[in-house]
Amino acid sequence: MKQHTSIFFWLLLAPFALWLILLVIIPHIDMLGIALREQTAPREYAFSFKNFIEFFTEPLYWRTFMRTAVMSILATALTLLIAFPVSYYIAKMLRGRSKSFLFLLCLIPFWVSELVRTYGWMILLRETGVISNALQWAGLVSGPVELLYNDAAIMVGLVYTSMLFMVVPLVTVLESLDDDIIEASYDLGGNMWTTMRQIVIPHAMPGIVSGCIIVFMMTLGNYLTPNLLGGKDSLWFTEQIYTQFITRFNWELGSAFGILLLLLSSLIVWLGLKLSRQTLTSTMT
Amino acid sequence: MIPSISQPPSLRWTYRAYILLFYIFLIAPLAVVATFAFNDSLFPSLPWNGFTLDWFTGDTPQRLGVFSDSAMLESVGVSAFIAFFVTALSIFVATTNAFLFERYDFRFKEFLYMLMLLPLVIPGVILGISILISSNSMANYMDEVFNLEVEFLRPGLVLVILGQFAFITTIATMVIGARLRKMDRSLEEAAYNLGASKTAVLRTITLPYLRPAMVGAAIVAFLMSFENFNTTLMLTSSDSPLTITMFDRLREGSTPELNAVSLLLMIVSGVLALISVFVQKKEDS
Amino acid sequence: MTKNVTAKDSNTSTIIDLETRNVNKHYGDFTAVDNVSLQIEKGSFFSILGPSGCGKTTLLRMIAGFDEPDSGDILIQSNSMLGVPANKRPANMVFQHLALFPMMSVADNVAYGLKQRKVNPAEISKRVKNALESVDLGDSGKKKISQLSGGQKQRIAIARCLVLEPKLLLLDEPLGALDLKLREHMKVELKQMQSRVGTTFIYITHDQSEALVMSNKVAVMNNGAFEQVGTPSDLYYHPETSFVAGFVGDANRWKAKVTQVDHVRCTTQVANGPALRGKITGTKPIAVGDDVDVFVRPEAIKIIQGEDKPQESDNSLQCRVVDLLFNGANSAALLEDIATGKELHVALPQTGEYIGLQKGESLTIAWSQDQTHCFSARSKSTSK
Repeated sequence: MKQHTSIFFWLLLAPFALWLILLVIIPHIDMLGIALREQTAPREYAFSFKNFIEFFTEPLYWRTFMRTAVMSILATALTLLIAFPVSYYIAKMLRGRSKSFLFLLCLIPFWVSELVRTYGWMILLRETGVISNALQWAGLVSGPVELLYNDAAIMVGLVYTSMLFMVVPLVTVLESLDDDIIEASYDLGGNMWTTMRQIVIPHAMPGIVSGCIIVFMMTLGNYLTPNLLGGKDSLWFTEQIYTQFITRFNWELGSAFGILLLLLSSLIVWLGLKLSRQTLTSTMT
Repeated sequence: MIPSISQPPSLRWTYRAYILLFYIFLIAPLAVVATFAFNDSLFPSLPWNGFTLDWFTGDTPQRLGVFSDSAMLESVGVSAFIAFFVTALSIFVATTNAFLFERYDFRFKEFLYMLMLLPLVIPGVILGISILISSNSMANYMDEVFNLEVEFLRPGLVLVILGQFAFITTIATMVIGARLRKMDRSLEEAAYNLGASKTAVLRTITLPYLRPAMVGAAIVAFLMSFENFNTTLMLTSSDSPLTITMFDRLREGSTPELNAVSLLLMIVSGVLALISVFVQKKEDS
Repeated sequence: MTKNVTAKDSNTSTIIDLETRNVNKHYGDFTAVDNVSLQIEKGSFFSILGPSGCGKTTLLRMIAGFDEPDSGDILIQSNSMLGVPANKRPANMVFQHLALFPMMSVADNVAYGLKQRKVNPAEISKRVKNALESVDLGDSGKKKISQLSGGQKQRIAIARCLVLEPKLLLLDEPLGALDLKLREHMKVELKQMQSRVGTTFIYITHDQSEALVMSNKVAVMNNGAFEQVGTPSDLYYHPETSFVAGFVGDANRWKAKVTQVDHVRCTTQVANGPALRGKITGTKPIAVGDDVDVFVRPEAIKIIQGEDKPQESDNSLQCRVVDLLFNGANSAALLEDIATGKELHVALPQTGEYIGLQKGESLTIAWSQDQTHCFSARSKSTSK
């Protein structure tokens, strides 16, 4: 059924090409172009690295940048640590209805807007919030405590928001591991730790990598959670981009920041793929 | 490890306790948001002053409920309008993309597939600003050269739709492509062999086979569009969609009306999620 | 190598439903179908038997119209099918995995082809009803495909084709996915169904028992070409090539050199082994010094017990029992030629005669020259 391929092929290629070129490729080339120019006179621009130089000479900028990167990596690691036992429990310890129920329960927060989720954490963590009240009621603290607007709050929010994107690939990959293989490992004299280290984790590696990549990208590019849970001092790099674009109207510097953020995420994803010997296509599908 | 391999009871109970804690962590923020929607107080926080439906139905300026808040309702309309177009566009392009990548071999296919995945790994804020830059320079060009003011290239509904369409298409393509890949080609050959024309094969066999995936992808696309914040933030203007309106309210200091809106959002998303799960279940049978 | 299927019938009035003329198909350097010509009479059950990769599926797909031959012609009832797309050919196919449409009911599956022909709805429902009844599934029309058993699915896949009254029904190993018991049952059912409806069936399979049980004629295919076309018993008792002798039925096989030729018989010497006398078989001539393949069927070998002596003219060997393979009517003994260590299969009829046979026992076996087939090893089909 592959005759007359040419005309159908071109008809199918057209929407793909329009979508990708107009909405993804050209905008990013434009962004790079703007990042690499400076205004020399009204409506006069010249090629320049000024914006990038400004980034490296202004400590606030590159510190925010580094801080965002480190916190994102930390959030990814934490998400993995928390999600792995849960995913394993769902995939291997449960059967039938209870399994699908707990798995669906994991998915619920994903279907709810990030804004609502973050709002929930604000109600829990703020000075007049549920946790503060609970602590006072239990007599653990004497007055209201502000749990919001610090790095820990940001971290909780980021991990919470990312959880699902770690659980789903992990459950999928762990489900594909036959119980027989774990039983065989025990049968041949393995114990829990050796089985984990030599059987389960190597098998789960593709899921771990794809989960980590997605979580890392989402965390790095997040705006809402650090902004709402971290308050004024959240110092998240996307906020800098927003400030340059919307508040200061300095599109040149904002674009340079955007390019830097893209470079950083590509670099870390590339490193992750290299270390785990995977490809982007294989981790995404 | 697995149910067939016995573990000491202490370990088993620790594991279960951990899972329980995890689900409390998962549910707590959503539960408090929902609960405080019914608190008879001006603030979404403790103490609990009794049950009220004012935050849904109230119509006094002091206690404006969701159903009387015209600004809020209008933003729901805006969001629905955006989500409708994003869904229609992205399902169309995703379907053609799926056929392109699953049914044809061409040069640079691997590379183009990787490009297709890119919008998923570009942070939403950056996708937003790059489209903003591109459309803005296009608008400026039209203005300077043809002296035309092209309204839709300035921030507003069209740009929001395009920005969301840019990355939602990738997700929809992955869903529909996976289904097409699973399809047994001999179904189409059988239909063709039984006398169907190629368009009849497409209409009676291939598209019905893809329908569950298309419905599932449409639900996901609609929800992702409805709940999107990062990309939308950069491209929106005066007609703000729901998430932007809620964000602004949240920063001003919220009333439990926000909880009421959130609860309604949760219910709608939950119902849609259940439908999509149901559709997928049917697909597997 | 290819033979005209109808060669034995001088009756020229029989209708030829399918004819292929020198059909070739290449994929790059690989020859999938090599100059195949055949004629299939109307109303016959014709099987193409061969190992996987022999080109039988490609041939079937060319008949169905999913692939075009590189050269040669395919005619259905004397009309060339070249350039006729699959949806316009009077040949319908039962797919290997049946390819029933899961999104439609059983009745809609059967009605599919009629709807494509724009037959009027009343006529469609009448014919679908008849078709379902003819396969004993008259009350299953409303069912989903997933509610049918394996055997019922088979019948629906066939009914879906037969309702269109095709000239040819092409079957692509449809029994492969069934379990053994059901497969045995379906063989008989298919054969009976074919003789009832009278449509020409073309069945491809790698399972010799399916081909032998069901068919009027079988073509044995190897490396893209037909080795032999004949009735099942022809293939079994009169194989024309070493490949057919080895592929159809079980056989013990030696490689040997011809030492003496005497009209239709020859004497051969197995390297470091016995001298075996046999019939010169096959289409290739044999001369002294040629390499030959020597075949003998397990059931042709007699175990000599007690005072009996083998006849002078028979081939005979001294063997030791390695193992007894009990399998009801198909029981066999695994023997070892004491002189060479070569393993042999010998059928053990369960008539009580061989009940005392023990592992490790030494015995004499013998078989007649007429049951010993010698094939020239020079033909390409024996190069493996």
